[in-house]
Formats: sequence, structure tokens, C-alpha cells
Amino acid sequence: MPDLLLELFSEEIPARMQAKAADDLRRMVTDRLVAEGLVYEGAKAFVTPRRLALTVHGIPARQSDLKTERKGPKIGAPDAAVQGFLKATGLDEATIQRDPKGDFYVALIEKPGRPTLDVLADILPVIVRTFPWPKSMRWGERSAKSGALTWVRPLHSIIATFGPETEEPEIVKFSIDGIEAGQTTFGHRFLAPSAISVRRFEDYEAKLKAAKVVLDPQARKDIILADAKQLAFAQGFELVEDQVLLDEVSGLVEWPVVLMGSFDQEFLSIPGEVIRATIRNNQKCFVVSDPKDSDKNPDKTGKLTNKFILTANIEATDGGKAIIAGNERVIRARLSDAKFFYESDLKTKLEDRLPKFENIVFHEKLGTQGERIKRIERLAAEIAPLVGADVEKTKRAAHLAKADLLTEVVGEFPELQGLMGKYYALAQGEDASVAAASEEHYKPQGPADRVPTDRVSVAVALADKMDTLVGFWAIDEKPTGSKDPYALRRAALGVIRLIAENTIRLPILKAAQSAILGLPEKGAKYPAADAQKLPGDLLSFFADRLKVQLRDQGARHDLVDAVFALGGQDDLLMVVRRVEALGKFLDTDDGKNLLAGTKRASNILSIEEKKDKRSFDGAPDPTLYKLDEEKALAKAIDQVKSEAGAAVAKEDFAAAMSAMAKLRPAVDAFFDKVKVNDDEPNVRENRLKLLNEIRAATRAVADFSKIEG
Amino acid sequence: MPGHDDGHWLPIALIPLATADTVPRAQNPLARPILPMDELPAHMRPERSFQGFILALQRFWAEQGCVILQPYDMEMGAGTFHPATTLRALGPKPWRAAYVQPSRRPKDGRYGKNPNRMQHYYQYQVIMKPSPPNLQELYLKSLAAIGLDSSLHDIRFVEDDWESPTLGAWGLGWECWCDGMEVSQFTYFQQVAGVECAPVAGELTYGMERLACYLQGVDHVMDLNFNGREGVDKVTYGDVFLQAEQEYSLHNFEHSDSEMLFKQFVMAEEACKKYLAAGWKSGSNQKEHLMALPAYDQCIKASHVFNLLDARGVISVTERQSYIGRVRDLAKACGEAWVHTEAGRAS
Ligand SMILES: Nc1ncnc2c1ncn2[C@@H]1O[C@H](COP(=O)(O)OP(=O)(O)O)[C@@H](O)[C@H]1O
Ligand SMILES: [Mg+2]
Repeated sequence: MPDLLLELFSEEIPARMQAKAADDLRRMVTDRLVAEGLVYEGAKAFVTPRRLALTVHGIPARQSDLKTERKGPKIGAPDAAVQGFLKATGLDEATIQRDPKGDFYVALIEKPGRPTLDVLADILPVIVRTFPWPKSMRWGERSAKSGALTWVRPLHSIIATFGPETEEPEIVKFSIDGIEAGQTTFGHRFLAPSAISVRRFEDYEAKLKAAKVVLDPQARKDIILADAKQLAFAQGFELVEDQVLLDEVSGLVEWPVVLMGSFDQEFLSIPGEVIRATIRNNQKCFVVSDPKDSDKNPDKTGKLTNKFILTANIEATDGGKAIIAGNERVIRARLSDAKFFYESDLKTKLEDRLPKFENIVFHEKLGTQGERIKRIERLAAEIAPLVGADVEKTKRAAHLAKADLLTEVVGEFPELQGLMGKYYALAQGEDASVAAASEEHYKPQGPADRVPTDRVSVAVALADKMDTLVGFWAIDEKPTGSKDPYALRRAALGVIRLIAENTIRLPILKAAQSAILGLPEKGAKYPAADAQKLPGDLLSFFADRLKVQLRDQGARHDLVDAVFALGGQDDLLMVVRRVEALGKFLDTDDGKNLLAGTKRASNILSIEEKKDKRSFDGAPDPTLYKLDEEKALAKAIDQVKSEAGAAVAKEDFAAAMSAMAKLRPAVDAFFDKVKVNDDEPNVRENRLKLLNEIRAATRAVADFSKIEG
Repeated sequence: MPGHDDGHWLPIALIPLATADTVPRAQNPLARPILPMDELPAHMRPERSFQGFILALQRFWAEQGCVILQPYDMEMGAGTFHPATTLRALGPKPWRAAYVQPSRRPKDGRYGKNPNRMQHYYQYQVIMKPSPPNLQELYLKSLAAIGLDSSLHDIRFVEDDWESPTLGAWGLGWECWCDGMEVSQFTYFQQVAGVECAPVAGELTYGMERLACYLQGVDHVMDLNFNGREGVDKVTYGDVFLQAEQEYSLHNFEHSDSEMLFKQFVMAEEACKKYLAAGWKSGSNQKEHLMALPAYDQCIKASHVFNLLDARGVISVTERQSYIGRVRDLAKACGEAWVHTEAGRAS
């Protein structure tokens, strides 16, 4: 079956858009083909800086004919109706048929399938015109007219051929804004710029390769990675691998040529992260390190060396000497800038930068960065004793944690925020914990990020995140749907992980109330900053985050509701512990049966409560027990209540669950032998009260009615 | 025609759109043969002298049919502000121009110490409307003309979308890299002064000092050979500009008169609005403006005054946005006026 080859040849496509564009092209073309009834065997898209290409193989040469039947008027219907039907179906008397029973006229309409070549000529221009580039543009003379073609950068030519492997393929005939589809493309911009005529994918790919274009982005990545590793290895070093950079670099070249350059040793006095950011962000080059398995650094990435690896787009006639020299010069200038920035940053103490924050708005409604830093300081000092952090160190850490935002290096490389603060704090002789907090208080940045353990960092991290959450809650900027511009979900998950992984006891409601008091005018200026309502809302946001996290880990998230439904649960560590213990308990037979029994009790109760329009609170009257099972259950409940209560008081949730397990035989026996709705009303009432006691007893650990299953 | 009486502007009909190749040189007895680079005196070679480099670009773009303009006689942040770009990019009439524009970026001052960042530097600006289909090739040829051999050097087009919030302008294009160094900005204007470009103009901006450093193999801009001479006759970029960089950095960061500048900003803003209001021609059935250029001068002025205030650090973060918005409003109103002038409209 025939294949399609499509190439859209343009000026340089931004690297970051290439992968998605290839994917979109494949999806759009194949979706249209299928919608046209043309089922294909396979499709693959490719992209280089200057071309977007697609091969679809095994497409039928034409659509199959479509036969449809259309029911017409009754036999013997008035002539006008028959004539109308004939007109509507475009048939004449001779081709009209009757249905098998002979009651109706039936029209058999045959829609002959069109040649795929024609279908393609219709669908391809539409796809080009509606292609979803993140940003597209107009160009040239035609841009003066409305409806001019837009593309990511000027589009120069289109290849569209279609045909079976053994024959000369045909050109899919269409033209868009003056660009006629054909079979001509161009090789590498500098190494082989002339026109190339191609027929199908195989010779397209091969001819491009001969014209110094590696079509497949993955192949370019493989070449770059292998050559870069080899170059570094040959000199006894190791490439610092960087997938994001590799993706980008492979989108900047059609013919990757990997070269190695070096810079002055003296720059190695700058922190490695700064060197890497300089070389990577500005120059899109890789850095190189001492081998990982050197004695000094058994498991970590080795120290950077004064080398870098660049990827050129040409095989230069001098073997790349000029290119290396040029890149070395730019990198030298960049590194001397970075060194200058770093060294001049070191001249100003972090605290001396703080006054400037008074003029920097954090958020229009939440005041300046300066005010925010003071809030975090205050909150961190309150949290410090709760997490076992030294209060003075915590205050100092919170005071300095954001100061590096105003340094030159961070201005240049925002991704180094925190890290630079640590370097500068150490350089001015701060305590190691205080310095570390600059970097660590931003953590964890996501589910995969490390959680800090140093108590000073933990206190500042919690204060930073709680202030953010409470602040944005106060101004009613909560996340909605997919929108979370202030990363509040990440902040809440951060709080949960900080607490759970460091076994920290932090009453969230109190912390939130305290954070409200830190807001401008003690929160009074914000209607939403109600000390009664906001902390509770925030707590249910935490509950949601916890559920999402558990679901992501494949754990039961309904148990979170069961625990929060108890009310007053603002100690996240205890919530997590309870949920864990409950999950384990419910995996046992005792747990499952107790859950079933409790649910049964609840169901009966709610039916009877509705019937009698009353609740059955209050202690049952022991004198009304008629059966042994009642007495046994009452006894079991008393015992479990006190045992489980004592265990919960000791925060030993596993023990509380084992105590619960003792309830199960009594509950089972009760339901087995006892008829709840006894004829004597007071016996019935007493039994319902006993059921209520089951519910009450289990509430020592969770609200079982909220558990699924 | 307003704006044309100082001879600064060529009447539009005189702009040669044909390239040199289509007009045989022999037909013009005044045309001197273009000297191949080797025949240039050494001190005029683009890789030997800063001025030779400028002249090589002037000659190259003249050959492409551009009018070679002189710098605009006002302080501005980039060649884009020159009315030959901002305003001429608007409207349907073809336009090709090239010129050097001294660019003032008060905040970029480093007292002459930074190897490639200055508060005053030269941009070489090319504008072609509509953008020709071979603009990239022309750009690469211009690099060849100044001695950058593309079989030896790694030339790349790296995404860099251009936006000027003060001009209400944006376009798509690239930074052009040579061996890892950003040497030019290449933009297809989509919108300028709030007006859609129809047709689209292509803009090239060469950072002259950085490119010259590259060509001359010099690490610090102040070490550039300006006149291409050696020994006692040699004049460096530093000889010409180091003192200026020091003085202006001192001025821009520490002493510029903020009070006066705040006043100047308001004055320029008001004058711009006044001229715009006065320029609308009454009584004709066609909407017509007669003073777009003088009004636009005041917009340029306001923009530069804002840059000075910004460098002085007297504009807070929130105020900053509002100042930018005020300049943009002026630029947009000027653009609107311009498309109702002789040079800015269809006919
Ligand atoms: N302060 C400066 N000093 C010297 N050269 C500069 C400076 N700023 C930019 N350049 C050079 O000028 C070129 C154009 O600058 P850019 O900031 O892109 O201008 P525009 O604002 O016109 O887009 C850049 O590619 C760079 O080489
Ligand atoms: Mg520019």
C-alpha cells in the first residue's frame, strides 16, 4: 500500500517547540486520514531546526465505496412525495427499489470512494493552516493581506508525495499562500545548501543524510551524548549529563559536531553551580567534571573541571579551531561577569541588602517583600520550639533566607536562589544551619524533591509555606481547577511532607491563626482572613492534598476523610499515623468485619432515626438487656472504649486498632442473635442506643461511615 | 510633507528597491567598482578597524537597495526607536533603510569597566518592508561581507522573541549567534505602536561593539581599534569613549537631576498629546494627520527620560509599570496618527 511523505521546510523553528510540533503533525494527519476512512499501518514524525517531516505508510490508495440505504415514502404514497424523494436522493424511478416486504420505497445510494491523493490534497492544506504553534507569525509581501498564512517562522517549501514503494510516487497537488507542494527540499544551510529532489521517505532520509542533515532528533541526541561522553572520557574526565540541555541542543543543529573547549583555571573559584548555570543557560554548553569514582567523591558527581563541551552545527574547514576559540572567548567573558558578580556579592553582607526589600512588592495586596520576611521571621520563631529548632538560629535564618534574591548572581540566574544565599551566608561566617536554611527552606519543591531535616531549615520552610498559604487564602487567591499560579498546592504538600517525614507535631489551625495575626493590620483588612473560618478552610485544603498524595502513592485516600471527619484533627502527623494504622487494620479480617458490622449498625440507626425523628444518644440502660449477646456487646464496648481511648491518648494507633479488633466477635454475635426492633419499645430503644455505642466506640479511631466498601 | 523638509528623508518614490545586481553598474558612469575586501587599505578592513566595519555594513546594505540614513538626532534606547523603523514599519508602503544608531541604555553603564556592556553603544539597524523572502540569506551574506566565513564559524539562529513594552511592539525571530556569541537580533515585526504590521517588516540589529570585538579578536570593547591605524596613529574605542562611559555612569546612577527629569517626562508627555491633538486635519473628508513626527519625537524623549529615572532607581516597581504604560500610550497614539499621514497610509 502507498506511503505519504510530507515535509514543511521553514526558517529556524524554536528548539523548545519542536518535539510537540512533530507530535501534533503526526496526530493531525493520521486523525484526518482515519476520519476519512483511510486506515494506515504506521506513522512517524521528525523534526530538525528547519523542517517538520512526516511519513505515513500503508495508506489505501483510495477510500472504499460507501453504500447507504435510505427509506422513502410508502408504496402508493402520493406522487408528489415520491417525486420529492427522488429529487432528494438524486435517483430516478429505475434505480429506486422496494424494501423486502414491499411496503416502502428504498433508495440505494452509492458514494464512490475518492482517491487518497485527492483526499490528501484537501486535508493537508487545512492542517498547515490550522497548525497549533504556540506562537505564529506573518511575513513577506503576502502578510499585507488578511487571511495570510501564518507559521512559526517563514515557511519556504513543502514536500508532499504519495505512492507505492515500487512506483514513482505522485505529488499531492495543493498550494498554500503561493507555496506549491512538490518534491524539493534543501540540505544543510551551510554544508550542502542546494536543492534536493526526493521521492519517498527512504530516499528523503538518505539524501538528507548525504546533505548533512540528521533528520531524527533522537539520532542527533544519541550522537551528541555519545560524542560528548567520548570527548570527556578521552581526557580522563566525565560529562555532566543534562537531559534538558541535550533536548534543547539537539533542536539547534541539523548536523551535530561535538567539540571541547576550556577556560581559565582561576574561574574554578566560583561555585560550581554558578559555572554550570553560566555555561549552560547562556551558552548551551555542557560542563565536565572529574570522574565520579575518584577517591574524594565516591558517589557524588565529581568537581567541575575547566572544560566545556559545545555542539556546533558545521564541520568546519579548520576542524573547529575557530569555533572553539570563539566559544572560549564568550565563555571567558561570561565567567568573568559571573566571577565579578559573585565577588561583588560577597562584599555586601546579606543583612545589608534587606532594606531594599521594603520597596519591592511581594503581592499588591500582601505588601512588600520586606514585610513578608518579617512575617516569616516571626512565624518561624513561633514554630521553632515545636519542631525542636534553636529559636535564635531560626530567627537569624529566616532573617537572611531571602536576602540573596537581591544579589547579582541570583538576578542573573534565578534558579540559583537559596543556593547562593547559602554560599554568601557561609562566607560571612554564619552558623552552618543558618546558612543551609537559605537553600533548604524552599524545599521540598515537588513530590520528588528532598525534604530538609535540619530543624532550623524545617522551621523556616514551614513558616515560609504557611505564610504563603494563609496570605493567599486571605486575599482569596486559592487555586482553581488547573490554575495555581502561586504554587499553593505545592506549598501545602510541602508542609505535609515536612511534618510527616520529620515526625513533627504542628497544630495547623493554631499555626494558621498565628499567621493571620502576622498579616498587615493583623489580617483585619482582609474579609477572608476570618480567624474562625480561614484555618478550617485551609485544613480541608491540606486534607485534599493528603488524599491526592496518598492516591498518587496507590494508598487508600478515603481513609483521610474518615479521620478528618472526627473533627479537630489539625495535627497532620497524627492524621497520617491514624490513616496508616487504619489502612493496616482494614486489611485484616477483623478490620473488614468490624467495618461491615459498624456500617450495618449505622444503617439501621439512620433508618430508625429517620422513622422516629429522633436520635438514640445516651447510655443504654443495663437493666433492659434481655440477651447475653447484648450484655457481651455492652461489655466489649466498654472495654474497647477505654483500651482504644488509652491507646489513642498514647498516640499508639496500632494498639488502638488491636483494641478495636476485640469488638468484632461481640458485634458479629449481636447481629447474629439479636433482633434490634424488638416489640417492646423500650427494649428497642435500648438496643438502638447500644448500636449507637458501637458507632461511638469506633469513633475513637475514625468515622467508619466515611470509609468506602 | 511634514518631516521631509530637512532632507533627512528621501521621498518614498526614490527608494531603490532593485538590488545592485539588477542595475548593471556600467550604466551608471558615476558608480565606482566595489573593491573586493583584499583591495581595501588595511586600516579600512572590517576586521581591523571599527569604522571600517561600519563602512563595510553601510556598503553592503546600500547594495541591497537600502537608503543609508544617518543616526536620529535624539537620545534613544535602540535603533528601533528611530522613526525610520518605528513609524516606517507601519502602513503598506515599501521601505528599506539602514543606519547606525547610537543607543543609550543608562542602566547598562558600568563606568567603562565591563568588557561588552555600555550605557552608550552603537547599533547597526536594517529595516526591510515587506520582509524579503531571502532576508536570512542577506543577513548571512552581510556577515560574509564583514569577514565572517560560514565554513569556519558556527552561525546559528536561536529563538528570541522580541517585545518592546514601551513601543507597544512585538515580533518573532532570533538572536543570531556566531561561535556562541550573540551578535545580532533578527525580528519579523508583527505589531508596532499597537498597529498590526501589514505587510510585515524584517528588522536586523547588529551589536556593533560586540561584533567588532569578535572580528578584531579583542576581549574588551575599550581595546577595539577604532581607526585601523597602528602605533602613534592608532585610536582605540577607549580613547574615544572611555571617559564618556565613566562620566555618564556617574551621571546616570548618582547625579542625574530626578526632579528635573520627572518634570521633563510630564512635559514631553503633554507636548506629545498636544501635538497629536493639533495635528488632526479638520475639514477634509479623509482622516488625516499633519504632525505625527514632531509628536513622536516627544514620545522618544519621554522614553529616554524614563530610562534615566529608572537607572537612578527613583521609580518603584509598581510605578515602573505605569510609566511604561504611559510611554506605550504615546507610542500607540503616534502610530495611529502616522498611518493617517502621507508616508504612513496606502495612497
Ligand atoms: N549595553 C550594551 N552594550 C553593548 N552592546 C549591547 C548592549 N546591549 C545590547 N547589545 C548588543 O546589541 C544587540 C541588540 O541589542 P538588543 O538588546 O537585542 O536590542 P533591542 O532592544 O533593539 O532588541 C545585542 O545583540 C547585543 O549584541
Ligand atoms: Mg532590536
